[in-house]
Amino acid sequence: MGFHITDMQLNVLFQTWQTNYHIYAPRNFSGGGRFSDTDCIRYGKIEHADEIVFDKKSDYSFKEVLTPVSQTLFFFTEGQTKEADFPQKGAVIFLRSCDLYALKRLDDMYLHNSPADYYYQHLRDNIKIVLMGCEHSFENCFCVSMGTNVSTKYDMSIDRQPDGTYLVDCKDEAWVKQLVQAGCEQQEVIPAHVTENQVTVQVPENLTAEVAKSTMWEEYNSRCINCGRCNFVCPTCTCFTMQDLFYSENGKVGERRRIWASCMVDGFTDVAGGGSYRKKNGERMRFKVLHKVLDYKQRNGYHMCVGCGRCDDICPEYISFSGCINKLQSAMTEVTEQ
Amino acid sequence: MDINTKILKKNAFRVTKERGMTASRIRVPGGHLDAKYLSQIQHIAETFGNGTVHITSRQGFEIPGIPFEKMPEVNAALQSLIDGLEINQDEVGCGYPAAGTRNITACVGNRVCPFACYDTTALAQRIEKAVFPNDLHFKIALTGCPNDCAKVRMHDFGIMGMTVPHLESDRCVSCGACVKACKKKSVEALKPVNFRPQRDERRCIGCGECVLACPNAAWTRSEKKYYRLTLLGRTGKKNPRLGEDFIKWVDEDSIIKIILNTYDYVKEYIDPNAPGGKEHIGYIVDRTGFEEFKRWALRDVTLPEIAEVMTPMYWKGITY
Repeated sequence: MGFHITDMQLNVLFQTWQTNYHIYAPRNFSGGGRFSDTDCIRYGKIEHADEIVFDKKSDYSFKEVLTPVSQTLFFFTEGQTKEADFPQKGAVIFLRSCDLYALKRLDDMYLHNSPADYYYQHLRDNIKIVLMGCEHSFENCFCVSMGTNVSTKYDMSIDRQPDGTYLVDCKDEAWVKQLVQAGCEQQEVIPAHVTENQVTVQVPENLTAEVAKSTMWEEYNSRCINCGRCNFVCPTCTCFTMQDLFYSENGKVGERRRIWASCMVDGFTDVAGGGSYRKKNGERMRFKVLHKVLDYKQRNGYHMCVGCGRCDDICPEYISFSGCINKLQSAMTEVTEQ
Repeated sequence: MDINTKILKKNAFRVTKERGMTASRIRVPGGHLDAKYLSQIQHIAETFGNGTVHITSRQGFEIPGIPFEKMPEVNAALQSLIDGLEINQDEVGCGYPAAGTRNITACVGNRVCPFACYDTTALAQRIEKAVFPNDLHFKIALTGCPNDCAKVRMHDFGIMGMTVPHLESDRCVSCGACVKACKKKSVEALKPVNFRPQRDERRCIGCGECVLACPNAAWTRSEKKYYRLTLLGRTGKKNPRLGEDFIKWVDEDSIIKIILNTYDYVKEYIDPNAPGGKEHIGYIVDRTGFEEFKRWALRDVTLPEIAEVMTPMYWKGITY
């Protein structure tokens, strides 16, 4: 059901949510950018609607709410372990259409890919989704090409209006009831969404792993600095690694945690015996790109990349992921004509 | 020709090797200006000078080939530059009121440079407002980070931007980028402990390389801006030397107070027979001893808690 609500009405709704949920939304971390006097927009807990950044794309995605950067799994001492506590409250997460499609990918990887991931499931079970409408496309977005520009599977949608009021489409029954009781103005609401982006990509129909033999990857050997930013901002990158660390001098007490890993960063392909695959940055780029638009699809039937373009936004070397996808067609021609 | 060279020098004109000809020196605090002022400089050079302009070593402009009698007209023409660059002035239309305290120089700073820890131009302008006009021979320079592109250690007061890096450890992905950057590009103040970087506070120079290197915004900059203040570097014939560290992690307000206090100190102790009333501050400190200088410089200064004052200080340099 659609409503036109005021800032105050929304904040009243927030207050009810906060009994059982933390509210996570893209917010501005003032001075939190790499460079001095620059900000960072990323996910954090918010209290009020005016903390949400609507007019810019977040630098980092929502995924850290469900797959924390660093997550302690359990604590151990000599003969015993104790599972780390989960958050007491669930999460209301504000995200955009592309990110909602990313959530489906996280679900398919963590929940529907043989045994469900216990830790992901625990956090995932208790979330509500608020879809932030996109009035216009941002720089580097290519959601339309990836088919992620329109979403319907939300608990509520939200569009901030120029006058500071909000248009919401509410599907959660309890929330609808509350909004009706509060006397909120009812009207039909369709979440804002884009129908075209400046950037378009075309994943070749005939794409195969043969493209790995193309020379197109070589330019990234020198261009890429293997910092891993593209992975860390990506809403669908889920790789993690394990760390066992010991607190005390006797080395018998500690914790196991899992932390984000990146296929672009050194060490990702290290194996026992000192070997390391994909030493060159071009090889790492190839692996990442083909995982996003080739082999994930072979397993799941749809592309992993959702076209949010955050990897392009953040790359300090101005390497474009969408630009790379668009080189695949001629690379296929190159390798098939040999 | 009867002309008072003392007055024209104080008015930021120069006695040149060519008899009857002067040059006009234009202050550009922080070395940054709106492009529109360049056309006014061009106009003055082509109307009153010989059509050339020198970009000075202190980031100002010097317009040579001006006949002495044109100075009032040049001063009138300089007014838009003086107003636009917000230079303190005693009397409108009369040009620059002093030339002793030199133009305050700065690297491009964080308006452009990713490494800079602050807006060097803005702080240069703030210091200019506080210290100018003044006849005493002070040289002040600012640089955005410890790379010191502005070569501030060649100046009486060198101001070098610093940031206190803060690690949000739960955002750390143990990629090692900060540790590597600190080791290769800076002072090796970071080492991994239990997979995460541990910062040696005593070693850290606040350059911000860790923040720049971090791919996941785990390292961030301090909200407050800090500086390294270096003292009494100089060029010159007798004993050129590099400025030495005076205070690490000092704040803007303290820097300005210290500079203003130093003017009082110099007025008290400058050699009354110094040629042209000019004496590098360092020679005065050599005479009074550093502790006396410090007593004056730190008068009414409340330093931030993390500030480290180096004392005693010694300078090296070449003595001829």
